[in-house]
Amino acid sequence: MSDWFAAWGRQGLAVLIRLGRAHLLLFDILCALPALVRRPGELIRQVHSVGVRSLVIIVISGLFVGMVLSLQGYNTLVNFGAAQSLGVLVALSLVRELGPVVSALLYGGRAGSALAAEIGLMKATEQLSGMEMMAVDPIERVLAPRFLAGVLAMPLLAAIFSAVGILGGYLVAVGLLGLDEGAFWSQMQSHVEFYQDIGNGIVKSLVFGIVATWIALFHGYDAVPTAEGVSLATTRTVVHTALAVLMLDFVLTALMFNKV
Amino acid sequence: MPPVTLSHPHDPNDAPLVEVRGLCFAREGRVIFDGVDLTIPRGRVTAIMGPSGTGKTTLLRLIGGQLVPDAGQITVDGQQVNRLKRRELFELRKRMGMLFQAGALLTDLSVFENVAFPLREHTHLSESMIRDLVLLKLEAVGLRGARDLMPSQLSGGMARRVALARAIALDPMMVMYDEPFTGQDPISLGVLARLVRHLNDSMGLTSLVVSHDVHETCAIADYVYLIAEGRVVGAGTPTEMSASPSPWIRQFMQAQSEGPVPFHYPALDLITDLMQEGGA
Repeated sequence: MSDWFAAWGRQGLAVLIRLGRAHLLLFDILCALPALVRRPGELIRQVHSVGVRSLVIIVISGLFVGMVLSLQGYNTLVNFGAAQSLGVLVALSLVRELGPVVSALLYGGRAGSALAAEIGLMKATEQLSGMEMMAVDPIERVLAPRFLAGVLAMPLLAAIFSAVGILGGYLVAVGLLGLDEGAFWSQMQSHVEFYQDIGNGIVKSLVFGIVATWIALFHGYDAVPTAEGVSLATTRTVVHTALAVLMLDFVLTALMFNKV
Repeated sequence: MPPVTLSHPHDPNDAPLVEVRGLCFAREGRVIFDGVDLTIPRGRVTAIMGPSGTGKTTLLRLIGGQLVPDAGQITVDGQQVNRLKRRELFELRKRMGMLFQAGALLTDLSVFENVAFPLREHTHLSESMIRDLVLLKLEAVGLRGARDLMPSQLSGGMARRVALARAIALDPMMVMYDEPFTGQDPISLGVLARLVRHLNDSMGLTSLVVSHDVHETCAIADYVYLIAEGRVVGAGTPTEMSASPSPWIRQFMQAQSEGPVPFHYPALDLITDLMQEGGA
């Protein structure tokens, strides 16, 4: 029994130590951000790497999510004679929830795992150690630009996901289901608030961008420098990002939209 | 057992570049160094040799300030490395080059950009000046023609020579070589060994070569330290080391399987071990 408690205690301490290391790394990255002013080119390269290269999966997923949302929404709303509100349902679902959440999950799977693997491999091949010995801080040179790039790219990806999703919803609602085009857009325009809905969606995606990129960079930087270690870091990045995004989404939604 | 010191490593009137005194270092409960003393003289090629797993690479990381000793002190050019602040340590590292075992080239940069990397990071030289310097460094290692290749297109020996060009890009006072000869074909090995000696003499460097390749290292080293079981077990010039009657030195220099360094990792008696396995 005491062994069992000791094992749990050790496990708990190990988790707390990792959490501590992750926060120290985040602090170091934040301290290194001002130095990025000297190398805007590197930031642009990283925005391209984590943002532009994620566009295909974001656009295709957004289109199909919007189309499914429109089909499902119509089947429910039509029972209540409220099919004209389909545009509102699609838009609110996307800008408040699905846009930020699904794009963050996709970002974690596409860009986050790539970041963790890249940093982990740089560690395993002594590239980070080599930088340190050349008096170059790898946190400032490698991690900080990737962090800022992720934070900047995430809201843009979420916005593109939502916009394409609304377009997909429109195609199904108007093109397939024969809904009135004017009603679709006018209802959406009158019921979607810029600050309350779109603004909060942007805040959510910004928070998800910070958390997802931080998780990816930490797991890569903290990886055991072996093939197995890098593989574990990549897996952990995807799993931890998904859990963190979904849990944080509940907290943020409760704070932003709870009217009780 | 006290170390067998066969001669003094340097002129006592000339301050050494690196001094290690009473170095103790343990990792994950395993003692790696237990009171190591070393003196690395200026302008010479000093070799640190010893069996695999004796902490030779760890010693370079301790000298470079990437690891902190548990006890003792490491002084480089009069500065105690483990007491330096981060900024001071980085300033010192600008004057130290290091060649990693795997080269540690940045895989997303070309050969040219890898060598230019420290120049771009630490100097404000014009692009034409950087180009000239990079081409001169690559010429010194015989790879000027390979400047547009990516690291993935290089052989192991070429990658190490590019890494060497990068290590000397800022004209450092010393270069540390971590197992430069491991896994090299005879031609690359000879080229690398000659380069280490030639660059040391022509650039007025101080070279610290960590290796377990006895023949190649002794051919270029001025002084050799032999490390085993966390201590310096022998020191002297390559000639003195080869002629030493010390069983530690003899076993290593003559590649004998029997001697003070056991072939087997500590374990139970074989029969007992087999019986336990059978019983289980």
